[in-house]
Amino acid sequence: MTKQITTTSPTAQDYRLIEAAAKRRRTIRNVFLYTFLVICALAVLFPFYWMILTSFKTQGAYNAEEIPKFYTLAPTLKNYNVAFTAVPLARYFLNTLVFTVVTTAAMMVVIVLAAFGFARMNFPGKTLVFSLFLSLMMIPNELVIITNYVTITSWNMRNTFAGLILPSVTSVFYIYLLKENFEQIPEELYKAAKVDGTSDFKYLLRVMVPISKPTLVTITILKVIECWNSYVWPRLITDDKNYFLVSNGIQEIRQNGFGRDNIPAMMAAVVVISIPLVILFLVFRNKIMEGVSRGGTKG
Amino acid sequence: MKQKQYKGWLYLLPAIVFLGVFMVYPLIDVVVYSFEEGYSFVTQTSAGTGLYNYRYVLHDTYFVQALRNTFILVIITVPLSTGLALLISLALSSIKSLRNAFQTIYFLPYVTNTLAVGLVFMVLFKKTEYTDGMVNLLIKAFGGNSVDFIDGPYWAKMFVMCLYTVWIVLPFKILILTSALASVKEDYYKAARVDGTRPFRIFYKITLPMISPMIFYLVITGFIGAFKAYSDEVALFGTDLNSAGMNTMVGYVYDMLYGNSGGYPSFASAAALILFAVVFTITCINLMVSKNKIHY
Repeated sequence: MTKQITTTSPTAQDYRLIEAAAKRRRTIRNVFLYTFLVICALAVLFPFYWMILTSFKTQGAYNAEEIPKFYTLAPTLKNYNVAFTAVPLARYFLNTLVFTVVTTAAMMVVIVLAAFGFARMNFPGKTLVFSLFLSLMMIPNELVIITNYVTITSWNMRNTFAGLILPSVTSVFYIYLLKENFEQIPEELYKAAKVDGTSDFKYLLRVMVPISKPTLVTITILKVIECWNSYVWPRLITDDKNYFLVSNGIQEIRQNGFGRDNIPAMMAAVVVISIPLVILFLVFRNKIMEGVSRGGTKG
Repeated sequence: MKQKQYKGWLYLLPAIVFLGVFMVYPLIDVVVYSFEEGYSFVTQTSAGTGLYNYRYVLHDTYFVQALRNTFILVIITVPLSTGLALLISLALSSIKSLRNAFQTIYFLPYVTNTLAVGLVFMVLFKKTEYTDGMVNLLIKAFGGNSVDFIDGPYWAKMFVMCLYTVWIVLPFKILILTSALASVKEDYYKAARVDGTRPFRIFYKITLPMISPMIFYLVITGFIGAFKAYSDEVALFGTDLNSAGMNTMVGYVYDMLYGNSGGYPSFASAAALILFAVVFTITCINLMVSKNKIHY
C-alpha cells in the first residue's frame, strides 16, 4: 500500500473504529492473562483444597473411593478427634509454641544488643569483628550442624528445650539487617540523650527499639515462620516423643503412626499444623510479604 | 573512655558467645573431623588422619546417587521455577483488578510447613491398594497408564520431587520479581510506545535488562537452595531416602550422622565439606557470569 495522505481528515467514525479494535485486542489479551493466572492459582490451591476435603471424609468413605471424589456429602470431624487422641498432637503443638516463642524472644535480645553495639558504640577492633561476622553469613547450616549435634549430645541436652533452642538464637543476617536500620536513626538523637545523661541501655530501649519497630516486627515474623517449620535440627536432637515439634510429629505419624492406613486422619493433622501460619499470614499479609522480599531466604 | 570500650564489647558478648560456640568452633571442628579416620562417638578417638573419609564418601554408591539426584533437581527446578515465576509476574503486573487476591494466593506455599504439605502431594500421587490416586486418575482419563509416583520408577519419583520443589520455591520468586517489575520506571515504557516498539521488543530491550539483577539474585539463591534440598524429599518419600533412591547431598550428610545408618561423623563431615565446595564453586561461576551479562 502506498503511503498517500488522504485529502479528508479522519472522522469521528474512524476514531471509533480504532478504539473498538484496541478494545478488542485488550479483551483478548485479558482473557489470556486471566486464564493463565487462574490456572496457576488453582494449581497452588488444589493441594490445600484436597487436604481440607480429605480431612472431612470418613476413613471408610475415603478407602471405598476408587475414583476420588471432589466433594463429600457426609463431612465428619472424627478425623480431628483421632489426630488429637491417637498421637499427642496437642503436645507437639505446645512444644512448637514454646520453642518458637523462646527462640524468637532470645534471638531478639541477642541481635538487638549486637546491632546496637555495632551501630552506636565505638571501640577498637569493631570493624574487624564486623567483617568477621559478615563472613559467617556464607557458612551454611549443614556445615556446623554436625559438631553442634556432638556438642549438644555431650552436654546431655538431647531431648531438652535448651538443646533445641540454643544453636538457633543468633543470626548474623538479622544482626546485619538491624544494624543498617539502627544506623539510619540520626546520631544527634544519641548525642542529645547523652547530654541529658541517659544511659546507653536506656537509650536503646526507649528510642532505638521503638523507632525500629517495623524492622523488628519483620524479623520476628520471619523467625517465627522459620521456627514453626524447622525439621532437621529437632529431628537430630529429639527422639523422645515428649519433645517432638509439629514437623517431627507429622513425620512420625506418617512413618509409624496412623498415617499409613488412615489418610483422612493424617490430613486432619496436616490441616491443624498448617492453620496457625496461614492465619498469621492472612493477618499480617503486607508485613510478611514486605519482610520476605527484604530478608527472605527460602527459594 | 576506657569504660566505654568495655561496654561496647559487652553488647556484642551474647552474640559472640553463641556464634563462637555454635558456628566458629563447629567450622574448625568439621574440618578436623573430616580428616580423622575412623572416629568413634563412643570412645572419642580416631585411628589416624588422612584423606580416607573423602575417598570413602566419593566412592560410596549412595553418595554418588545423592549427588546425581541433587544435580538433576538443581538443573531442572532452577530454570523452570525462575521462568515460570517470570511469566506469572509479568501476567500479574499487566492486570489491574484481582491482583492482590492473586498475589495472596501465590504466596501461600511460602507460609506452609513443607513436611505437612509434602504429605498432601504424596497422597495425590501415591498408588494404594484402594485407589490409584488423584493424579493417576487424570493420566488414565487422558489415556495413559497409571504409574506409582512414590514407590515406582526413578523418573516418576524425580518428577514429583521436581514438581513439589517448584511449587514450594515459586512464591518467593514471584514476590521478588513482581516488586522488581513494579520498580521499572513507567517513562521507559511510554517512550517505547511512542516510538511504536513491539511488545516483545519492549520486554527484551527494556524490562529484561532492568530486572536482570533480580533474576540473577534469584538464580543464585535458587541454586544454593536447591543444592540444600532435603526436607521436601523426606515429606514425599519418608526418612529412609537411601533405599527410596531419592537421597540428596544434605540428606546423605544427615543419614551418616544419625538414624539407622548413622554414627559416622567423619564421613558426614567430609560429605558436608564436599557439598560446601560444590555450592561455593557454582556460586562463584554464577557471579563471574553475572559480571559480564548483567546490567546494573
